[in-house]
Amino acid sequence: MKENDVILRTVTRVVVFIILTFGVELFLSGHHNPGGGFVGGLVLSSALVLLYVVFDIETVHQGVPFDFRKIAAFGAMLSLLSGTAAAVLGKPFLTQGFGYFDLPIFGLTELATVTIFEAGVALTVIGTVVTIILSISKDV
Amino acid sequence: MEFHMTILVGILVTVAVYLLLSRNMVRIILGTAVLSHAVHLLIITMAGAGEGSVPLLRESDGPYADALPQALILTAIVISFATTALLLVLAYRTYEESGSDNMNTIRRIDRE
Amino acid sequence: MNNILVLPMLLPLLTGFVLFFLRPSVKAQKIVSILSLLSLVAISGRILLQIRVEGIIRLDFGGWEPPFGILFVGDSFSALMVLTASVVSTLIILYAFTATERRMENMFFYPFAFFLVAGVNGSFLTGDMFNLFVCFEVMLLASYVLITLGGGKVRLAESMKYIAINVVASWFFLVALAFLYGTVGTLNMAHISVRVAEAGQGPLLSAVAVVFLIVFALKAGLFLYFWLPGSYSSPPGPIAALFAALLTKVGVYAMFRTFTLIFYHDEFILGTIIGTMAVVTIIGGCLGAIAYTDIRQIASYNVIIAVGFMVLGLAVFNEEAFKGSVFYLIHDMVIKGILFLIVGAMVYLTGKTKITEMSGLIRNYPTLGWLLFLTTLGLAGIPPLSGFIGKMYVGLGAVEGGNYFLLFIGFASSLVVLYSMLRIFMNCFWGETIINREDQRLFPARRLIPIALLGVLTIGIGVGAQALEPFVSDAARVMANPGLYIDAVFGEVES
Repeated sequence: MKENDVILRTVTRVVVFIILTFGVELFLSGHHNPGGGFVGGLVLSSALVLLYVVFDIETVHQGVPFDFRKIAAFGAMLSLLSGTAAAVLGKPFLTQGFGYFDLPIFGLTELATVTIFEAGVALTVIGTVVTIILSISKDV
Repeated sequence: MEFHMTILVGILVTVAVYLLLSRNMVRIILGTAVLSHAVHLLIITMAGAGEGSVPLLRESDGPYADALPQALILTAIVISFATTALLLVLAYRTYEESGSDNMNTIRRIDRE
Repeated sequence: MNNILVLPMLLPLLTGFVLFFLRPSVKAQKIVSILSLLSLVAISGRILLQIRVEGIIRLDFGGWEPPFGILFVGDSFSALMVLTASVVSTLIILYAFTATERRMENMFFYPFAFFLVAGVNGSFLTGDMFNLFVCFEVMLLASYVLITLGGGKVRLAESMKYIAINVVASWFFLVALAFLYGTVGTLNMAHISVRVAEAGQGPLLSAVAVVFLIVFALKAGLFLYFWLPGSYSSPPGPIAALFAALLTKVGVYAMFRTFTLIFYHDEFILGTIIGTMAVVTIIGGCLGAIAYTDIRQIASYNVIIAVGFMVLGLAVFNEEAFKGSVFYLIHDMVIKGILFLIVGAMVYLTGKTKITEMSGLIRNYPTLGWLLFLTTLGLAGIPPLSGFIGKMYVGLGAVEGGNYFLLFIGFASSLVVLYSMLRIFMNCFWGETIINREDQRLFPARRLIPIALLGVLTIGIGVGAQALEPFVSDAARVMANPGLYIDAVFGEVES
């Protein structure tokens, strides 16, 4: 079954980047404002899912050749390890630190280790969502 | 506020129970999803909805709403998300194996 | 600061994720698994000894002091549970190495087994009500995957039921948490206990207590056990053994924790409701164990009887009975592990599930047969095996509390257990041998070793009860005096 989906394809090419940007924005704003790894990850994965819906699985796989199950496992591991790092340094497990750094372009920026934790969460969400979608839709 | 929310929780639970008791697997899964939404609403109601402002330092000077229930609900949402996803995959696999999404039919295959 | 306390949960989780990446090589998976499990046992042992020296220890995650942050609390009870769970899961996974099909190993069997262990250990150690919910869910999600793994129509249909019942139970858990938070405004177990004691356990809190009771009863298979036999008898041996050894015990543990620490004020709930539920559970379990001829069903009903017996200790509610229940919990994890492994092996070896279809296996598999006999004696509580000590203390507690009816039911159930198990033994292992020596499936020694080790463990716990006694007494003392736990949680921690 071949549908005429020129509009969908054309729009997707643009919209995917808007969604991705929005996902990153949500992820980064999560430190002090609503947002964070979970929501950011969901939005990012929605971009991927949109790609899978519009183009077929093989095409997307050529562009994004990752095993999403491994991404999920890696993300969860990253979150755990960011907590373990504190334990290794002699602080209670999951202790997070932050500091202000003078970076070349950004100026005085707050950097926090919790971002690593959140990045892990985002990766886990992306990996899980895409895995689920793929495993349900594989042979329809 | 609390009153209306409680009624809404009741309605959601009713809908969810109705869905859960049906024979169609997809309906059961939808039922579990609605059920979890009901309890999320219940948590936020029990913790006092509508009191105080957004718990963000930059947005207002307080008094702030209790932030903990929101954290609880977020966790609960993640968990119910995972469970629902797993159930969907399971339902799909069952459908593949037995060619039916009706619990009664599946049980009959079971017995044979 | 006691970062060691998080390791029983952290280590299995990390191992699980590492195993994800080792998928191509089953051998590497096995090596990593065994190393991780052995260190898990060592760590749990160390925690237990540390508690013996320092008293109850706690770990505030991220340095957030109670009641604001999430924390892990290790007292003797939780440490004993963690140690037993670690040892038993080590042996079961060791058995799974040789008994699991390659197809399932490729479908991430080991990672999810590790997630299950992580969830179980987390549930034992946590000191926060919501965290308990999260750990339960980690454990349950892993169990959902394990029960569906490999597929097959019967399995899928059974797992649908299992998942649905657990989703509803989790929903009740959240409802209970919502009411609890709305009433006392905290989720830290020790803090809840303080506030409940201050406010008195009025009707509202008693209602919350009953909702919690329903939740844990569903998880533990106490009174609301109707889902249990089907779900526990459909997965293959090692998975069923993991479930039977660990899952229901977590429910029982949670019940003991909440009702000895938080809701210990209402004697009607404790004595009458829980007592009645325990008695009904034991009777129902006994009927099932006698009525069925499917060995997996008989074994599952034995799980239910044991749950009822352990909860009897809670209903009696004195230190002696707690001691008995702790001993029995330890014993039951070991013995249910061994029972389900043997039953799984019998089904694998004969391809049959009914006792009427098997006969004379003792000639084919003598060691397995005698191990089953040992299990039978252990389950019935014959000294010097591990079941005896627990039954004796629960009995002493019941006499002390004057609950002779509970005592009678508890001990009468032992006879039924003995009968139901001997029925398996006599029918399947005695009698005329129907499988030819030449036709019999091989049961290699490396599979027998984990089962035999569990058997040694059950003898060891029985004979070495003297060595275990100080830890168990300490566990029971903390349960009987919730103040000790609360003081430890709110005490200063040097960091």
